[in-house]
Amino acid sequence: MATKGERILEVRDLVKHFPLTQGILFKKQIGAIKAVDGVSFNLNKGETLGIVGESGCGKSTLAKVLMALERPTSGSVEINGRDIGKASGGELKRMRRNIQMVMQDPYTSLNPRKTVGDIIGEPFDIHTEVAPKGERRRKVQELLEVVGLNPDHINRYPHQFSGGQRQRIGIARGLALQPEIIVCDEPVSALDVSIQAQVINLLERLQNELDLAYIFIAHDLSVVRHISDRVAVMYLGKMVEIGKDAEIYDKPAHPYTQALLSAVPVPDPEGREQRERIILQGDPPSPANPPSGCRFRTRCWKAQEICAEEEPLLQIRPGTAHESACHFAETHDVVHVG
Amino acid sequence: MRKASTDVLPAEGGLGNEPLLAVEDLHVEFATRAGIVRAVNGVSYSLSPGETLAVLGESGSGKSVTAQAIMGILDMPPARIPKGEIRFRGTDLLKLSDEARTQVRGQRIAMVFQDALSALNPVFTVGWQISEMFRVHRGMSKRDAVNKAVELMDKVRIPAARQRVNDYPHQFSGGMRQRIMIAMSIALDPEVLIADEPTTALDVTVQAQIMELLAELQRESNMGMILITHDLGVVADVADKIAVMYGGRIVENAPVHDIYKTPAHPYTKGLLESIPRVDLKGQELYAIKGLPPNLLDMPTGCAFHPRCPYRQDNCVTDNPPLYEISGTRSSACHYWREVLDGDQG
Repeated sequence: MATKGERILEVRDLVKHFPLTQGILFKKQIGAIKAVDGVSFNLNKGETLGIVGESGCGKSTLAKVLMALERPTSGSVEINGRDIGKASGGELKRMRRNIQMVMQDPYTSLNPRKTVGDIIGEPFDIHTEVAPKGERRRKVQELLEVVGLNPDHINRYPHQFSGGQRQRIGIARGLALQPEIIVCDEPVSALDVSIQAQVINLLERLQNELDLAYIFIAHDLSVVRHISDRVAVMYLGKMVEIGKDAEIYDKPAHPYTQALLSAVPVPDPEGREQRERIILQGDPPSPANPPSGCRFRTRCWKAQEICAEEEPLLQIRPGTAHESACHFAETHDVVHVG
Repeated sequence: MRKASTDVLPAEGGLGNEPLLAVEDLHVEFATRAGIVRAVNGVSYSLSPGETLAVLGESGSGKSVTAQAIMGILDMPPARIPKGEIRFRGTDLLKLSDEARTQVRGQRIAMVFQDALSALNPVFTVGWQISEMFRVHRGMSKRDAVNKAVELMDKVRIPAARQRVNDYPHQFSGGMRQRIMIAMSIALDPEVLIADEPTTALDVTVQAQIMELLAELQRESNMGMILITHDLGVVADVADKIAVMYGGRIVENAPVHDIYKTPAHPYTKGLLESIPRVDLKGQELYAIKGLPPNLLDMPTGCAFHPRCPYRQDNCVTDNPPLYEISGTRSSACHYWREVLDGDQG
């Protein structure tokens, strides 16, 4: 087990391409969806890394590769110094105990024909060493209590719970094996507004009590800011900017981050006419055929020739304190205008 | 060629004191196996030309059912409207014949749905679906109607409209599909546009494009717009006034600037306080406790009382009326004064 502040997850040049094939009998590869294309980052114990980006930018594929649900095309995912992408058999099983997931949709991610006790207890069937048979029921009830549900409801079915309660069941299942890392893929976006805050508070409380590290994937930027220590912005399979939450939100350096932040509606009508709005034209290009050089250049107002020729690397740029991938990176506070 | 039944409705023109659209004490209930679900319990709101009314509420609050009742697209049965009026230019739509209603739907009052992929027909080209409006309502020839469709696709800024008019919905991206939905809805220059969560399924950068487009179309034609949403951010960006719904009722009515500064209903106040704020990072978020009400088993008195921090004994027994606070504001809370004051403290 790692101690506080120690690095527990290290992702290096991670690539995941999905082949595009043609032909029925003799499948010929005609291209690839470059879902994740060279992503590197670290995660420390007890820390939350928020990952934001639009649909199709590869954030959910990234989550699957981290969980070893997909094998990476190249690159490495090291958990406590061991590569999960190369592990197999008993070793993979042991490593998976340490990284668990909370899914987006609590309506489809729980088996409707199983009781809550079966759902939360299922990890114990696979990893029998965590809880001996006789103790499982008690363990599950403990978990229910930890996530704020009534332990007596252990024999109920998912449909007897509301959306927010189901998400708590999903969280309890994620906690069952006492992992150090939890990957939360849009954990609150399917919930009603008044319920979201309850679930976010629960995740924060659990993090403090159990010293969990979170990868928090979401598209709601204000929620990500609230919960994250660091934030990474993805666009078309690449990380375009990563830094502390205040750096990303108050001093964004990449044009895409600036556009993203300025597009988020602010729940305050004051000054809405004066607020700076960067409205991007068009849609993100297809990840099967991304633009050369910088992938954002087709929608970028700063684009010049060099952007098509040379891919900007994710590095600290002059005048900024955090890493960004833009030839013309320049901090610009888009949110606090005037 | 317009059909004769349109003359039932007053033509466009001066409105006098009558709002463009007025919903008055509307009730909608559904007969289900488990019992009668009262989805809408006495909703009233009004809309003027060029105005944007945001209807804010969570799932099950009745916001979409109200909109469907206005459009006349509720399945009846199981739905039933036991009480209420929906006046469009002074005429109660609920009293019109089916034929007259069809003339209003799409032509005078149009709707944009949330999920464009399931709202568009996958087996017809988008050009065919947009031009259908002109063929059915205006009796145009196929060729003229398709030309009109191309014009509209240009207007909602779909690139290369002439080439894409014969494409199918799945060949477009989410944002483009929503533009096609908007093109269909504005085809016949409606006076009222109902947008039911028009950007919920879209990414933020695309959401910004769509909201900008809607605002621009509204400015051009002076449509009244009802924007149904659960997103407090979108509301703050575009709305003139807000109706907050909870448990099938409107709990607060207010101009947009007032409600964000001084909410007058505990539910609105709770929603606003539960938004993550930069200056409160690291602290626990305010959360409204408990769950939204079950429509089959509504709490007695005020529907919000089991979750309300301002609750007193009479909230459990007496359902609060919509108290008038000022000419433009109202709140369905017995203790709206305390809620208003509490916010300033």
